[in-house]
Amino acid sequence: MTATRHVPPAPPPGAVRQRVSQARVARSEWTKLRSLPSTAWSLLITVVSIVGFGVLYCLLRVARPPSDPAALAAFDPIAVSLTGVQLAAIAVGVLGVLLVAGEYATGLIRTSFTAVPRRLPVLWGKAVVFALATLAVCLPATLIAFLVGQSILSEKRLDIALGHPGVARAVLGSALYLAAVGLLGLGLGALLRSTAGAVAALLGLLFGPQLLVGLLPGTWSDQLYRYLPVPAGAAVANVQPDPVILSPWSGFGLFCLYTGLVLALAAWRMARRDA
Amino acid sequence: MIAARGLTKRYGDKLAVDDLTFTVRPGVVTGFLGPNGAGKSTTMRMILGLDAPTRGSVTVNGRPYREHTAPLREVGALLDARSVHPGRSARNHLLALAQTSGIPRSRVDEAVEAVGLESVARRRAGGFSLGMGQRLGIAAALLGDPRTVILDEPVNGLDTEGIRWIRSLLQDLAAEGRTVFVSSHLMGEMALTAQHLIVIGRGRLIADAGTEELIARAAPGVVRVRSTDPEALAALLRSRDVAVSGAGDGALAVSGLSTDEVGRAAGAAGITLLELAAQQASLEEAFVEMTRDAVEFRARTQEGARS
Repeated sequence: MTATRHVPPAPPPGAVRQRVSQARVARSEWTKLRSLPSTAWSLLITVVSIVGFGVLYCLLRVARPPSDPAALAAFDPIAVSLTGVQLAAIAVGVLGVLLVAGEYATGLIRTSFTAVPRRLPVLWGKAVVFALATLAVCLPATLIAFLVGQSILSEKRLDIALGHPGVARAVLGSALYLAAVGLLGLGLGALLRSTAGAVAALLGLLFGPQLLVGLLPGTWSDQLYRYLPVPAGAAVANVQPDPVILSPWSGFGLFCLYTGLVLALAAWRMARRDA
Repeated sequence: MIAARGLTKRYGDKLAVDDLTFTVRPGVVTGFLGPNGAGKSTTMRMILGLDAPTRGSVTVNGRPYREHTAPLREVGALLDARSVHPGRSARNHLLALAQTSGIPRSRVDEAVEAVGLESVARRRAGGFSLGMGQRLGIAAALLGDPRTVILDEPVNGLDTEGIRWIRSLLQDLAAEGRTVFVSSHLMGEMALTAQHLIVIGRGRLIADAGTEELIARAAPGVVRVRSTDPEALAALLRSRDVAVSGAGDGALAVSGLSTDEVGRAAGAAGITLLELAAQQASLEEAFVEMTRDAVEFRARTQEGARS
């Protein structure tokens, strides 16, 4: 390993304006995202979860179709074909955590903040790039899971068409929900700065509230249940009317509000704390 | 140019940096010396806006670092060779860094070449040796062709060739008129590299002076003298201002007198001298002398508390 002594001079200051901008930071974050093997692995697991579990569950339901009219009326072909989304949410959320907490763990965050001393463009750049990347992967995945799932269910005439009211929204909404869970993980990673802590907080937020509310008296728990993160967010994929949960977009809006709160807290802390 | 004014950092009830005021000027290599735990890294993090001072302020090229709109052009920093994601290739690490300021890809390749990492630039940085990690960190510091270069312990983990390379690199950077600020706990290394030294201990400023002046001031020269009658010579020379001690092999170490004075005194007393030499104190000795009261872990080390 021989090193040359002299550093070649860079172009003169006037030739290239080397200012930091949000667009440049977002581009840098895209480079960071695509250049880590763990990104590809996590997104692959996400796709396999969405499509694989959806197909598996559809095959299962076709093998044991609903027997009586009541069970047939309650059968939800969309939910069955998109059943892998809740599992995929864990993979996407954990990847979100890793994107920020991983930088703290390796010390890379200090390099990042030296390059972008105002810091917050780093958080926003990560959020935008990660949300778009998640959508780009998850939207085709939910669509494939739905289409393959319905073709399996059609064998027993249990399927539903993409053109049916609310169905396209459920498919698109599931992908949006996954992107939002990813941002929740990213926000928790930035807020707590430790991978283990943020993953625990993410799983706690996704699954804990339902367990706690289940301990309350029935009327209370029915009232509260709809406002919990996962039931609210998952409402976006709901097509059959259900009095216990919120309407699709207000439920998803509430989930985005929770995510926004976590991101705002993370930003507040990131701008102030020593790195 | 780096200017610290009353810079103070408190962690809980511990003062990591205590009222530091100093200026680092362009055109020379300035060494930042102190024992481990003296507050060097904390000071450097405050210069780079990573840690907020409890009191006081520090500016780089006239402004607090956080206010620079083109930071990589102003300052190139190596804080910790491990400030890299182990799963990412060296080249992609540098590319992501360059893109934040719109620095072109061609400059990334130049920086990789300048530190001699061409052959491994596409490999995962996690597999790098400490020395390769340092080279990568230095490439990152040079990306923006910065006016000020701040390097925390850059020679750590480098082999002899690497250390020589860093030394000439730093001197070249300073000769180009840049501000070069380099921390180290290796005094000998700094004596060869830095023209100016800022020494701290327990977060406090101990010295801020030219390297040669500092050595002369902190540890005045010692005269080594070997004679046919060391006892008589010692008795002759010893006084209130002159310390004489045995230096082994029958020689004496005399401080407080010049070689001329020792030679004349011996001649007048009829003592035959076999050897007479002035010994410049090493920077290492000067440093030990200066920081004797400020070495945090000294007592514990003596008790063997540290392995």
